[in-house]
Amino acid sequence: MERSPGRVWRAWLTRAGLLGLLVLIAGCSQNYHQTTLLPRSDITRLIDDLFMTTVWWAVVVFVLVEGALVYALFRFRSRPGDPEPEQTHGNTTVEIIWTVIPAVILAFIAVPTVKTIVKTSLPAPNPQVDVEVIGHQWWWEYRYPKLGVVTANELVVPVGKMVNLRMWSADVLHSWWSPQLASKRDVFPIFNNTRDKKINPLWFTADSVGDYSGQCAELCGIQHARMGLRVIVKSEADFESWVAKERVGSPLVEGGKVAAAIDSAWKADTVHTKGQAAFMSGGCIACHAMVGTPLAGALNLRGPNLSHTGGRTTIGANMYENTPSMLAQWLRDPQGMKQGSHMVLPRPLTEAEISALVAYLRMHQ
Amino acid sequence: MATSVLEHKAPAIPHHYPKTGFWSWITTVDHKRIGILYGATAFIFFLIGGIEAVIMRLQLIGPNGKLVDPDTFNALFTMHGTTMIFLGVMPLSAFFFNFFIPLQIGARDVVFPRLNAFSYWVFLLGAIFINVSFLVGAPPDGGWFGYANLTSARMIPSTAAAPAPGLNIDFWVIGLQILGIASIAAALNFFVTIINLRAPGMTLLRMPMFVWMSFIVQILLLLAFPVITVALVFLMMDRNFGTSFFMPDGGGDPVMWQHLFWIFGHPEVYILILPAFGIASEVLPVFSRKPLFGYTAMVFSGVFIAFVGFGVWSHHMFATGMGPFADTFFSLATMVIAIPTGVKIFNWIGTLWGGSLRFTTAMLFAVGMVALFIVGGLSGVMHASPPADLQQTDTYFIVAHFHYVLFGGSIFGLAAGAYYWWPKIFGRLLDEKLGKAHFWLTFIGMNLTFFPMHYLGLHGMPRRVYTYPEGLGFEFLNQVETVGAFVIVLAFLLFIVNIIKTWMGPANAPADPWHGATLEWSIPSPPQEFNFPNLPRVGSSVPQWDAWRAAGGKLPEPVRVSGDDIHMPNPSYWPLMAAIGLTILMSSLMLIRQWDYWYAITLFGTAWLFFSVYRWAFEPTGH
Repeated sequence: MERSPGRVWRAWLTRAGLLGLLVLIAGCSQNYHQTTLLPRSDITRLIDDLFMTTVWWAVVVFVLVEGALVYALFRFRSRPGDPEPEQTHGNTTVEIIWTVIPAVILAFIAVPTVKTIVKTSLPAPNPQVDVEVIGHQWWWEYRYPKLGVVTANELVVPVGKMVNLRMWSADVLHSWWSPQLASKRDVFPIFNNTRDKKINPLWFTADSVGDYSGQCAELCGIQHARMGLRVIVKSEADFESWVAKERVGSPLVEGGKVAAAIDSAWKADTVHTKGQAAFMSGGCIACHAMVGTPLAGALNLRGPNLSHTGGRTTIGANMYENTPSMLAQWLRDPQGMKQGSHMVLPRPLTEAEISALVAYLRMHQ
Repeated sequence: MATSVLEHKAPAIPHHYPKTGFWSWITTVDHKRIGILYGATAFIFFLIGGIEAVIMRLQLIGPNGKLVDPDTFNALFTMHGTTMIFLGVMPLSAFFFNFFIPLQIGARDVVFPRLNAFSYWVFLLGAIFINVSFLVGAPPDGGWFGYANLTSARMIPSTAAAPAPGLNIDFWVIGLQILGIASIAAALNFFVTIINLRAPGMTLLRMPMFVWMSFIVQILLLLAFPVITVALVFLMMDRNFGTSFFMPDGGGDPVMWQHLFWIFGHPEVYILILPAFGIASEVLPVFSRKPLFGYTAMVFSGVFIAFVGFGVWSHHMFATGMGPFADTFFSLATMVIAIPTGVKIFNWIGTLWGGSLRFTTAMLFAVGMVALFIVGGLSGVMHASPPADLQQTDTYFIVAHFHYVLFGGSIFGLAAGAYYWWPKIFGRLLDEKLGKAHFWLTFIGMNLTFFPMHYLGLHGMPRRVYTYPEGLGFEFLNQVETVGAFVIVLAFLLFIVNIIKTWMGPANAPADPWHGATLEWSIPSPPQEFNFPNLPRVGSSVPQWDAWRAAGGKLPEPVRVSGDDIHMPNPSYWPLMAAIGLTILMSSLMLIRQWDYWYAITLFGTAWLFFSVYRWAFEPTGH
């Protein structure tokens, strides 16, 4: 069919407008490192497609309805000497039409919604990496039961493998949210009698290597805002070597026991021995598991497992860069660094203890 | 009808109550004075809630804000939400219910005038009670939604840094119960009033739309508040008596709190917005010189919204992981609500269409409400979709959504009502120039503050965070929002200036400055105590326009009459006394964990309450 120049012009204008909006939305996303608008996994791409469907319908409805409203405001404004307008009380045909049209539009949103619900809320179709996520005030614990890894705050996963999270909480409600990779799920406190009922699943397959920011999304107390997290997507080989490193002294591998060779190497290293002494005498061991200590194999302690702190990029639940000076500052004044956190020093640490601890924690990567 | 009571000759009862001055306000049972008390109180709390919001905006103007402590910030957003909902928008609606339901249905008062006074005093004392928490340094900090088990106290092992829970949440749990009693009593009163006291000829389908929407709101209040009350009592018992309704370690379930809370919480949204819908449905026709388009459709869409509104609560809980069936049900039910809401918006546009529009301040606010509510409605459909909601819930996207609905919707609607009805209430017309400046600044400030929140939420900024780190790209939009908040502050300062200026001017408003359609415009401004010297007869939903047409286009200014032979209820101290007794009784529950003999105060408050109710029951009722 031959189209009139006017129609072609309008069609192009519409396309350009829509494209402009798309560029605006995507362009604005470049500087955002926790955005939902640049999905990087299978599940967030499904969600994003659905969301964009609703956005386009919303734009259409917005333009038409607000357009009609604004048109009426200009067209029917009163002028001096206006006669009384016709006293219409309604129009059944029109009213039926504007009841049916929204219903039809909603059907166009409802059908993809239900399809996406089915795709996203069923159990992981093909789980390849299992991780248990445990929310604590105000940090995240990750356990890889099959790989024998226990770590905190930074979830490390291989690219292209379906990661299956099973999540619960050790205290109050939290919500684990990784906007680019996995959307969010609330996590609920479980005790023995509710163990199976309240474990919430979430799965995703990351499609690009990188660091992704996220954080707790359910109010969980004073430091809710700083219950950050990070998902580090590595290539498969990098992930393998990370797992190999993390397995050393993990509570899930022989209860935290390490090979005799490693143990004697540590005992010969003054950084390790001095640090460990400070770790014991400073009271750290009351809440933290650590390689080489008697409680290396402990699970369910109050604070995060510190065995491989040196290998993490941040401390304080994605709050500070993991540098020697930040770590020292944290040990000097945890309440000043994160007010209200459950980390309370039994006694102030000496500067000598702090530097020994910093070296010790950084040594174990 | 109660006309039999109202029309017989008053017995001559001597009474010692003053007619003017301070004590006349303390003892008043006049629905108009109680309305004004509601309005003044609610406006003060609205300003307090606004100050809380401004402090939060200042904290968030840049990353790593240090203006307030994290726990202070948690208290600010908890109290901002609680204040705006329970102490701001709901009582501002009650302001208009009180003043205009009797006037619009042609009645001389509500059915239970002293119960009406009791509702106000309980509301006032509850509002003060919950804000006293700031003075004793224990403001509620668990969010306006108070999710268990964060609020259940014994869950969290205490440390030196985070000691055993204080009274913060107790203020909230008990304060909301007190406010709930006020709301239920008031709802019952208005419900019965609308059923029984309509003027002859005013069938249900001739009621003004504001009365209709108010009627629906009373039903919602009566059905929703008992649910939150039960939930609050459970939570109180978990906190004080070692029960485990919401405690997983005792076999309870924190998700049950969420279900109970939102079975109340979602209808509460309609409790907040339907009065504004009603006001817009009054204002738009009057300033379009056309009756409301599709009256019947407006009534039934309101009824439908309210009814289905009880079946969508779990859309607040998609992130809890309810499974595909529940997600689908609550998603589709929520989308269905968009249809009657759309019908309302189209009918408002239909009312404007073909009319002769006068852009008074009231009209601007009403049109602004329609325009802004559309935005909130569209974002609402977006997170009615559970997978999309998994990215949006608990983020600033939701904050944007409900501020378009509750600020753009409710507050704009209430502001329209204030400008429209001010001359009727106070006999003075608000200044239109200042009013228009108020409107435009509010409109601009509102969009500056809340529109960028859509983007912030989609870019990953969660709600209820006392700060955010640099590097996530949140800085610029947060700055814009803080600027917007100050534009809103400026707008409401102008409103206050307008009120003061009007107050100092002469009370010379005519009975009907707008050419209104409903009965309140047929009597002098402000109305006399008895409202109508003779009960009006009603033949349509626009009785005043009927009278105007019958009179050939010109109605004489109504004259004030002595009204000596009109039987009106006596003023009374006992509603206030009963409210004080109730507040003492409820306050004693704060001491359960603090003092072994807390129940002594409970008994004292109960005795006070019963004595007051006894005196109330045997007091002479009319003059």
